[in-house]
Amino acid sequence: MQLRAENISFRYGKGDWILKDFNIELNQGEILGLTGPSGCGKSTLAKILAGYERPLGGSVELDSRSFPSKGFNPVQLVFQHPEKAVNPRWQMHRILRESGCQDDSLYRSLGIEESWMKRWPNELSGGELQRFCVARALTRQTRFLIADEMTTMLDAITQAQIWHVVLEYAKQNNMGVLVVSHENRLIERLCDRVVCLRDNAAGRT
Amino acid sequence: MLKVNNLSISFIQYQAGLKQRNLQVISNLSIKIDAGEILAVVGSSGSGKSLLAHAILGILPKNAMVSGSMLYKGAELTPEIQKKLRGADITLIPQSVNFLDPLMKIGEQVRCSAGSGNPREKQKSIFRRYSLDEKAENQYPFQLSGGMARRALVASAVVGGARLIIADEPTPGLHPQIVRETLGHLRELADDGCAVMLITHDIGTALSVADNIAVFYSGTTVEIAPTADFKGSGEALRHPYTRALWNALPQNEFQPVEGFQPSHSGHLKEGCLFEPRCSQSSQECKCSTPEIREIRKGKVRCHNAT
Repeated sequence: MQLRAENISFRYGKGDWILKDFNIELNQGEILGLTGPSGCGKSTLAKILAGYERPLGGSVELDSRSFPSKGFNPVQLVFQHPEKAVNPRWQMHRILRESGCQDDSLYRSLGIEESWMKRWPNELSGGELQRFCVARALTRQTRFLIADEMTTMLDAITQAQIWHVVLEYAKQNNMGVLVVSHENRLIERLCDRVVCLRDNAAGRT
Repeated sequence: MLKVNNLSISFIQYQAGLKQRNLQVISNLSIKIDAGEILAVVGSSGSGKSLLAHAILGILPKNAMVSGSMLYKGAELTPEIQKKLRGADITLIPQSVNFLDPLMKIGEQVRCSAGSGNPREKQKSIFRRYSLDEKAENQYPFQLSGGMARRALVASAVVGGARLIIADEPTPGLHPQIVRETLGHLRELADDGCAVMLITHDIGTALSVADNIAVFYSGTTVEIAPTADFKGSGEALRHPYTRALWNALPQNEFQPVEGFQPSHSGHLKEGCLFEPRCSQSSQECKCSTPEIREIRKGKVRCHNAT
């Protein structure tokens, strides 16, 4: 399976083009890094690949087919700020059920405590919440994970803890991962291949 | 310049009805910062870093109970003194550029925190110091680039001639060049004789600029070490948590530790707070809370440290 964006172009409203004829492909089981200066369109690209935004030109294809318009999205996006990605009026167990994820061993390996399930999002720290967001994204139907600065707000130990689980899961389930980060040392540690996004052109290293 | 001794902070919370409970969030915390020094306060979210800053500035919410002592230039920081000093002698560089007033021109914002003297002159000279165009004076925050807005933020924090500067997470999510620039400003301020407290969760940032690192875990200092001790596989470090933090960096071992930082639901357990995650834990660690002690020019709160 392959996630492929071909000749995509995007801009907000009538602003400058953020992406112009941009190509990227992510294969199954591959850990791909995406870097670039701030404001170059990394997060926009992440949203396009996960189907949150539609490109104005070009296409995003999953296995040479266009994106499924309903049902579970096989491309899951995890954001930088977990507190903005959960419903503040839901308890944690309900937030996890949102994706149908029911994998106790995954919860354990992410260090999610049974007693946290009955808590509300504002009763957990950022690191604890992000574990839930990762667990929610890792379901059986997830083929690709887009991690947009997923661990930027976390301390080094929690960062290592979460990434070890994600890499292991990717290996076992042959899932592709796009690591969006400006932390070069993290990218070097995690990725097989790196794409550098700058000024509407993709350079490759 | 600043000395904090055995600081404890707890919050009184209402549970059901009129039942109250006491939530201990910082316990027996001690740090000190000298003039010309950058002390980085490092810890994960929920370890009490920001609360310490709020305690020093005297801006904790009303239901907070504070014990222990805080001395600024040898004098006790009482609420009246804090009110007089904050914004003048003691200042805060906030986390995000959203703290600039969106409806006020940059020049005016800087001038209104200039304090005594001629505000316009002070503002002009601080603009030169941080290479802000004269044009920026009449611009609003949304018209500046991210890097310039950040410089404006630093400018308005230090224009009043503060001696103690608290920077609360000034760099996350920023481009490396802006990170370097912001940290460079902090170094300059310290070299001019200010005391700087840099609060961050990112130990890499802390190491690149600080003189000493205070490591927080669950509301207390587990170790205070000179930056030079962070090297190799962490042999020079004193506390197992500090060592784990160092070895978890992607450029080092990228080695995680099982479990999570205990949270403050009700009262904290007896004994060392890191004990459940520690590989060297003993019976002593389980039942008695270690005192902070001095080892090899650093401080550590661990029974087994040598």
